[in-house]
Amino acid sequence: MEIPYTIKPRPDTGLYNAKVGIWLFLASEIMLFGALFSSYILLRVQAPAGDWPDVRLGWPHGLLNIPIGTFNTAVLITSSITVVMAWASLKMNKLAAFRRYMVITLVCAFGFLGVKSYEYNEKFTHYELRLKSGETYTGHLSVNGVHPGFWSFKDIWNLDRLTTEKVAEVEFIADPKKEAHGEKHAEGAHEHVTLKPKVADIAHLDAFIPRNHPFFAIYFTITALHGLHVFGGAMVLGYFAFPGSRMFKTNPEQFTNRIEVAGLFWHFVDLVWIFLFPVVYLL
Amino acid sequence: MSTATSTQHAPAHGHDTAHHHHEPGFWQKYVFSTDHKMIGIQYGLSALVFLLFGFLLMLCMRFQLANPGQPIPVLGKLLEAILGESAKGGILGPDLYNSFGAMHGTIMVFLGVVPLAFGAFGNYVTPLQIGAPDMAFPRLNMASYHVFFWGGVLMLGSFFVPGGSAKSGWTSYSPLATVAEFGKPFNGQTLWLLGMVLLISSSLLGAVNFITTIIQLRAKGMSWMRLPFFVWAQFVTGFLLLLAFPPLEAAGVLQLMDNLLHTSFFLPSGLVVSGQTLPVSGGGSPLLWQHLFWFLGHPEVYVLILPAMGIVAEIIANNTRKPLWGYKSMVYSVMSIGFLSFIVWAHHMYLTGMGTKVSTFFQTTTMMISIPSVIILTALFISLWGGSIRFNTPMLFAVSFLPMFGIGGLTGLPLGFNASDIFLHDSYYVIGHFHYVVAPGTIFGLFAGIYYWFPKMTGRKMNEVLGQIHFWLSLVGMNLIFAPMFIQGLRGMSRRMSDGGSAYFGADDIAIHLNKDITYSALLLAAAQLPFIINLFISIKGGRKVDSDNPWGATTLDWSTPTPPPHGNFTTEPVVYRGPYEYSAPGAVGDFIAQDRKP
Repeated sequence: MEIPYTIKPRPDTGLYNAKVGIWLFLASEIMLFGALFSSYILLRVQAPAGDWPDVRLGWPHGLLNIPIGTFNTAVLITSSITVVMAWASLKMNKLAAFRRYMVITLVCAFGFLGVKSYEYNEKFTHYELRLKSGETYTGHLSVNGVHPGFWSFKDIWNLDRLTTEKVAEVEFIADPKKEAHGEKHAEGAHEHVTLKPKVADIAHLDAFIPRNHPFFAIYFTITALHGLHVFGGAMVLGYFAFPGSRMFKTNPEQFTNRIEVAGLFWHFVDLVWIFLFPVVYLL
Repeated sequence: MSTATSTQHAPAHGHDTAHHHHEPGFWQKYVFSTDHKMIGIQYGLSALVFLLFGFLLMLCMRFQLANPGQPIPVLGKLLEAILGESAKGGILGPDLYNSFGAMHGTIMVFLGVVPLAFGAFGNYVTPLQIGAPDMAFPRLNMASYHVFFWGGVLMLGSFFVPGGSAKSGWTSYSPLATVAEFGKPFNGQTLWLLGMVLLISSSLLGAVNFITTIIQLRAKGMSWMRLPFFVWAQFVTGFLLLLAFPPLEAAGVLQLMDNLLHTSFFLPSGLVVSGQTLPVSGGGSPLLWQHLFWFLGHPEVYVLILPAMGIVAEIIANNTRKPLWGYKSMVYSVMSIGFLSFIVWAHHMYLTGMGTKVSTFFQTTTMMISIPSVIILTALFISLWGGSIRFNTPMLFAVSFLPMFGIGGLTGLPLGFNASDIFLHDSYYVIGHFHYVVAPGTIFGLFAGIYYWFPKMTGRKMNEVLGQIHFWLSLVGMNLIFAPMFIQGLRGMSRRMSDGGSAYFGADDIAIHLNKDITYSALLLAAAQLPFIINLFISIKGGRKVDSDNPWGATTLDWSTPTPPPHGNFTTEPVVYRGPYEYSAPGAVGDFIAQDRKP
């Protein structure tokens, strides 16, 4: 006996096997991201009143770049549309159109990841500085006249490293202070202040990396997990767009089903971002 | 699948078709098999090995509890040879005791019982009982076994890393789990977490596969209410694994971040360890870990028990030669259990200070979930009434499941009420309670299943005399081990003390004495497993041959296949005409009517 309903839907459920499978898998994915979102809520609710960095463990506001996030949202939504168009093209037996739409989807996927890495890099080279006098700043660091870039976590400085490497003084280009309403400042380089704190006066110095604050911890965890999903999805779609599309010649129906199933996963990845963006960037 | 498409595709993904042409080689047949029956057997044998290993860990712990600070006979030398410094002189010190305790729990639950109940029986029996040629996704099935296997290897490997394996209990509560080896990234806890991520992924793949198979591959005429109860139990178990495991996967990732990148998901502010403030940001929540853990942890209990209930139901119906009493109410009960098990988790957390209102909610749901469990148990008890019972080995194990699970379940009620839980929490009473559920409960159900389906797998029955010895000694051993623990717990003995409480109690207190008795009983239980192991191996070649494909006179489709079932299972496409338990139907020829017999 062969396994039935691998391609044709079972009459009473109206679904072929892989479609049931992917929906079940997505249900478990919802529970996975649901747990992480719940963790985000719990950590945020129990954070002390007041904004970070003024209050050490207060919750930060307006730290992420909203225009960039909006752009990325648009990119992902576009890719969701094109993946449907790709599937529809197969249904209409147009392989070339399918491939065109898949390429747009892939460009969107890698565009999204590129923008995300830019955002990550921006965070990894951004620093929080707390002086023993109680003043707090965020901004960019310069050690021995060099701005640390980010290629690996070894590039990141903190107080321990400054002490062990016997750096006496650093340069710190502080961001402009926020206005009272929490509104973003108008652009203006003249408001950046350059400080030259002695290492002995520093109480805390660390980049915007997971260990620095629960906000960064959960932000990087959720977005990285989401990024892995984008990457994995893009790999699968890329396979189907090029080497895997040979199957369209021999078994068009099964190939179209595969695109539908992969597309469902892709929509899910998009949907996670549609929740992530308002929760992490806007609220 | 139409024949036209399948021939077209033979070269591209031809594992199905390939079998018809030539006999697969050793690796293809035994290691990288995609046949659900072989995967079921792989799961079963691996799980039995892991169970034995977890049991040996427990024997070492039991010896230490009865004789604190003394070298373990026989096994002690071995431990010292393998583990070196941490088992110096063959003595199980407090650190190693903690490590064994954590690994005993983890191995028994995630590497022993779940793979045996869900992976092995689910894989072998479910497709046969619904009349399917295989699982819906055979290659995914193979992948889930291999992921499970390597998860297990990682877990066992963690004994050999510097600092030893995870030692913060099977629950790995933070912050203990993070600060135990703080600053050493490659420690036992890290491997535990990585191992768990693999085991969880394996269960997820398995669950997707099982549920799809049951929804999609039921034979013609196999409507939902004609499914054997075993399949229903596996179906609900599949949903529990699918939806409850991912939050633990998330929790595992967060704890990995805490351990490796020094984030503070579960670390509160100002945590002082050994007189020094921990160099982390703080701002996390230890309660968060407990919520995420028990959100899995409680449904997991039902993952352990439901498949065993399914097995027991099959065997009781078969050996009383009667239909199950109240099949439909059992089905609705198992569904209610599935749903309710998602909203009872915080009854493990009454003592965390999460608030009385929350406790009241979870106390109420906990009492509610006992109702469907009691309905199933009652239905099984009533099924015995008036039957002409055959007391063969599978039936003995199945019948004794009922009172044993009953004791386990009823002793759980005082733990579900938060007032009485305050006294009993974290005492030996808890250990007695959940071991009654899992050891003489679930594991007896699984033994029953092994004896029952062995003839289908091999064409031979297991030896009845050895089986009866195995059963009676195990029954006595189990009860002598776990019943005294209720007394110890009620006398206030904590479950975490590596010296068996001798530093806390007066030296000749009753509870201390019971430690010795329990240890002797554990040795008895160990001895009782020898006939089983011998029986399992000699019966493969030397057991009495069965005279038909249906030696027990059973009604379900798994007995309508050739013995052992070939690749693809059924020689002709099965069609189902009736319910699963038509035993002793009035006016019928013979005392049973198989599901696929034409009316």
